[in-house]
Amino acid sequence: MAATLTEAAVDKSTTASATDPAYAARISHVSKSFGRPGAQQLVLDDITIDVAPGEFVTLLGASGCGKSTLLNLVAGLDKPSAGEIEVPGGRPALMFQEHALFPWLTAGKNIELALKMRGLAKSERRDEAERLLEIVRLKGAYGKRVHELSGGMRQRVALARAIAQDSQLLLMDEPFAALDAITRDVLHDELTRIWRETNLSVLFVTHNVREAVRLAERVVLLSSRPGRIAREWEVGIPQPRRIEDSAVADLSIEITEQLRGEIRRHGQH
Amino acid sequence: MASTETTTSDTPDAQPETRPDAREDARPDARPDAREAPKENGADLAGLEAGLDALETQTAQRTAFGRKLLSKALPPIVAVALVLVLWQLAYHFKVKEHYLLPSPADVGRTLQEKWLEGTLLDYVWTSLSRGALGFLISVAIGTPLGLIVARVKVVRAAIGPILSGLQSLPSVAWVPAAIIWFGLSDATIYAVVLLGAVPSIANGLVAGVDQVPPLYLRAGRVIGATGLNGVRHVLLPAALPGYIAGLKQGWAFSWRSLMAAELIVNAADLGVGLGQLLEQGRELQDMSWVLSAILLILIVGIGIELLIFAPIERRVLRSRGLLARG
Ligand SMILES: Nc1ncnc2c1ncn2[C@@H]1O[C@H](COP(=O)(O)OP(=O)(O)O)[C@@H](O)[C@H]1O
Ligand SMILES: [Mg+2]
Repeated sequence: MAATLTEAAVDKSTTASATDPAYAARISHVSKSFGRPGAQQLVLDDITIDVAPGEFVTLLGASGCGKSTLLNLVAGLDKPSAGEIEVPGGRPALMFQEHALFPWLTAGKNIELALKMRGLAKSERRDEAERLLEIVRLKGAYGKRVHELSGGMRQRVALARAIAQDSQLLLMDEPFAALDAITRDVLHDELTRIWRETNLSVLFVTHNVREAVRLAERVVLLSSRPGRIAREWEVGIPQPRRIEDSAVADLSIEITEQLRGEIRRHGQH
Repeated sequence: MASTETTTSDTPDAQPETRPDAREDARPDARPDAREAPKENGADLAGLEAGLDALETQTAQRTAFGRKLLSKALPPIVAVALVLVLWQLAYHFKVKEHYLLPSPADVGRTLQEKWLEGTLLDYVWTSLSRGALGFLISVAIGTPLGLIVARVKVVRAAIGPILSGLQSLPSVAWVPAAIIWFGLSDATIYAVVLLGAVPSIANGLVAGVDQVPPLYLRAGRVIGATGLNGVRHVLLPAALPGYIAGLKQGWAFSWRSLMAAELIVNAADLGVGLGQLLEQGRELQDMSWVLSAILLILIVGIGIELLIFAPIERRVLRSRGLLARG
């Protein structure tokens, strides 16, 4: 993936050799509780998800159901209370809802820091950062400070920084939730394009049903309190899709019904 | 970067073959056509994006330099002029005897005399060099100290409260102790300066570190900036605004402590600084002299802050978009 994206896309079929693990992330029987012993709150209960290499999975659930908690576990920022998480491709990249770019660095230097941490030689960093900025179509933004960029541009720089980690797995925690609908729509297209051109596996968290269906090959619905896997859907709609497509709408309606059912259960006692 | 149509339409998609069979069964025909049939023209998307970027990026409006200077410099000039006028009026109407309250012109004349004697800059330089050296030593001690207190829980519990308590102890209180330890020497002066400035610098850094948004630390860990790398590339730069505020306050404390020490530590073999100058004026009962020394102390203190710390602070804050323009 350090090679250019176009090459990576062409090589896609050949890069997955027989020795590669059959998954980009394996979450098996993971539970997580918070709080001190005695007064524990079970947030995630027996979650099992495999993300295949190159797969795009969205994790859908109401606010507070434990989506961020699960991503933090996969990212290695926290440890599960039970169960196991394997990420064979090394440390996954993670994109937050807030851009989380460092305001003391320019857009380009933010990306270069990730490159440096990954061990790329100093002489190559500048070119690689410029190349990554081009991928997210921010060619002139190298020297821009974070506060000089719009919300959408910040998230694209954040995406470029995530790609700069050269990780097999990209975790995204509601990265577009704070953007306006028009920008979000464009970034959906952008993300789909980048995903198709790379061999990235994506685990994308959202509470937005349409967004989940728009992006994913597979949608995993989490119930709340505790977070359990309620159901999964394969999304067979060809990419690129539009969020207004009737096929997207139809599946969204079905999933929304189920989601509402899950939420309703909590009001019954 | 080629656009999508050149890269995707002919991309062979052999992914399903690399998958376990179980997965194939579970997801019939999910993948083969999932990445085919591009709808969106890549150039269209790029154009759309460029338009959005242009719409959402505001162009900075710069005010003319002259006007900016005027709006910044005028209020303090007016304020100083007002003080001088009131002072002159008080002198004119003899609120106090003239030897007790000399006029601004008298003070100016005293300053001029000292200037013509060629000693004025020596006094300023003696104090300034002591203050600067004391401040730099304080930075060298306060910075690692602050970092350790901020990051190591046990140390924080042990000396955190003491450190902030020390900040409220006027450093002049250390002078008698320092004289007993070191006699009337430079060491006494520096000891007092350090005891005044180190806690303030360390506390500034602790506050700076405490205010670092946890999101930055997590983002740093995600990209692999852990351990020392995390401190160097994330924690310290993120804490910089608080650290600079601490340095600024540390300078103010250094300068104050220095004056307190110089006032009291008065020996023939020590150079004459502004504090000693002030004390000499008091011994001679020369109010113009005393007021000149006070004025000089004020000017140096404010001057260093305005010439050194304010620009650095402004630059750091502006580069992070933390400063309202105007
Ligand atoms: N560090 C923590 N300590 C205690 N409770 C937490 C912690 N992190 C998350 N929680 C709780 O876990 C639940 C799920 O949170 P989160 O994963 O952020 O939900 P989501 O991202 O789906 O909105 C919430 O009820 C939250 O209060
Ligand atoms: Mg969340």
